[in-house]
Amino acid sequence: MLEYQFLEQLKRAFAIAKKDLRIYYKRAPVLIFGLIMPFFLFLAFLIGRNMPMEQLFTGLLGMTVFFSCMSIGPAIVPFEARSRTLERLVSTPVSVWALFIGDVIASFLYGFLISTVPLIIGLVLGVNIADLLVLCLGMILASFCFASFGVLLSAYPPTDIPSTVMMISNLVKFPLVFISGVFIPISEIHEWGRIIASFSPLTYFTDLVNHCIQESSYYPVFVDFIALIGFTLLFLIAAIKIHERTLPDRLS
Amino acid sequence: METAIEVKDLTKNYGEITAVNHINFEVRKGEIFGFLGPNGAGKTTTIRILTGVIKPDDGAATIMDYNILKEPLKAKQIISVVPEMANVYIDLTAWHNLMLIGELYGVPKKERRERAEHLLKDFGLHERRNHLARGFSKGMKQKLILCMALLTEPKVLFLDEPTAGLDVESARLIKDIIRQHNKDGTTIFLSTHNMEEANQLCDRIAIINHGKIAAIDNPENLRMKSSGLKSVEVSFNKPVATNELSKIPNVTEAKKIGDKIRLYTDEPHSVINSLIDYARSKGLTIISLNTLAPTLEDVFIKLIREHKGD
Repeated sequence: MLEYQFLEQLKRAFAIAKKDLRIYYKRAPVLIFGLIMPFFLFLAFLIGRNMPMEQLFTGLLGMTVFFSCMSIGPAIVPFEARSRTLERLVSTPVSVWALFIGDVIASFLYGFLISTVPLIIGLVLGVNIADLLVLCLGMILASFCFASFGVLLSAYPPTDIPSTVMMISNLVKFPLVFISGVFIPISEIHEWGRIIASFSPLTYFTDLVNHCIQESSYYPVFVDFIALIGFTLLFLIAAIKIHERTLPDRLS
Repeated sequence: METAIEVKDLTKNYGEITAVNHINFEVRKGEIFGFLGPNGAGKTTTIRILTGVIKPDDGAATIMDYNILKEPLKAKQIISVVPEMANVYIDLTAWHNLMLIGELYGVPKKERRERAEHLLKDFGLHERRNHLARGFSKGMKQKLILCMALLTEPKVLFLDEPTAGLDVESARLIKDIIRQHNKDGTTIFLSTHNMEEANQLCDRIAIINHGKIAAIDNPENLRMKSSGLKSVEVSFNKPVATNELSKIPNVTEAKKIGDKIRLYTDEPHSVINSLIDYARSKGLTIISLNTLAPTLEDVFIKLIREHKGD
């Protein structure tokens, strides 16, 4: 019975994900903060430097997965609160966890799909990927992790102004990019920098990408996977719990 | 008669304001229950609690024996709601809005498609089914919201001001469909401040003011119980001073309404006799003479005023 209820709720979460993908993929804040801004950030990093293709690809992939998976998640709840569709969703027989898992699934699918573009470009340009299977598994896990992080970022404050959430989300996202070995490998930064980097989920994904492409990583692969799983669970549980708490404020 | 909705001691505070203040009522299975009150009386808050959108601070509510706080998913599975504010997904087509609701209620694919086809035809939206709801008028959005609510074939349907701001034709269509679904067994909880609508549709009415229930009864009983609201309306061939007629025995109040004078009384027969005597004595001819039962609006205003005085 419980298993049936769980599966039924999961089906409803997928219905919410389908709705999110139909509505939010073309919203301006999603496109600006999820695709355009990181693209220009990457260009700023690239121009004028003589870097090997492998190192560039690692940075590009890390940024694409991170930004694209976190682009839809923060926008959904404030948009829905403002248009009063959130109230409609809450009145349906869908658990709060299923409601937000739906948002996470949408962010995950959107981000993962976009992230395959640089991967394919890399393969076409002849980037040597030593361990494609591990890279794909890592991308899936990291996409889910960052999607959960995105939904968590919209949990507090319980505002119905999307730009407020996007601003807060950027305040968190950009510093993380600079401390996570996207532009400079972790092994090359100071010890205090490495300590700070260990608190960022993006660190473990870029390390994993480094392992698969440049065949050198700071952490063992299993540590990267365990850390990503740990961050995913932490973000997912925190997102659901905090949204559960703040939901009445959004609806009142 | 079996109970569809049971509300016990329900209370909701917003800071220092008590939106719903220890209210109690029951809605019987199969009836259309009207929930009347002025703006800010607590109607929408009550509906939002009963539909599981917000939690009460005190009290309990059950829908078809499911406690909305303890078994919210089971309760929500058998209800549907048409909220006060239009809230369809404007970036989805009418069809996708309907399919989404069907999926969220677990309606099997074939059934939800069939039901959606029927409902869109019934509401005159079938030709616009693949258009984004963004381009719909208020009336069309309201019809779509009602379609979404009916797609799940609910046992209890909550309607919060369903015809507010609609043209006469759309409002009539919605009222006809409400009647039809009630005839098919759906219990309807209708929140409105439209007296005429409540009078036409409801089996019983609760009047709420300042978060408290002022009265519950059927519309006819509410009218009959209201003493002092019966009236006699008279017009003469020549102008007559209103204050002169107010001196007639048993008249509690006299009001000039157009070319007529309305006399409020508990004894209409006695007032009619007095009016005839008055006309004879003054050499006047009575042009028209009618006895009027209180309208629901009269009852409503009286109850609200009494309630304010409490």
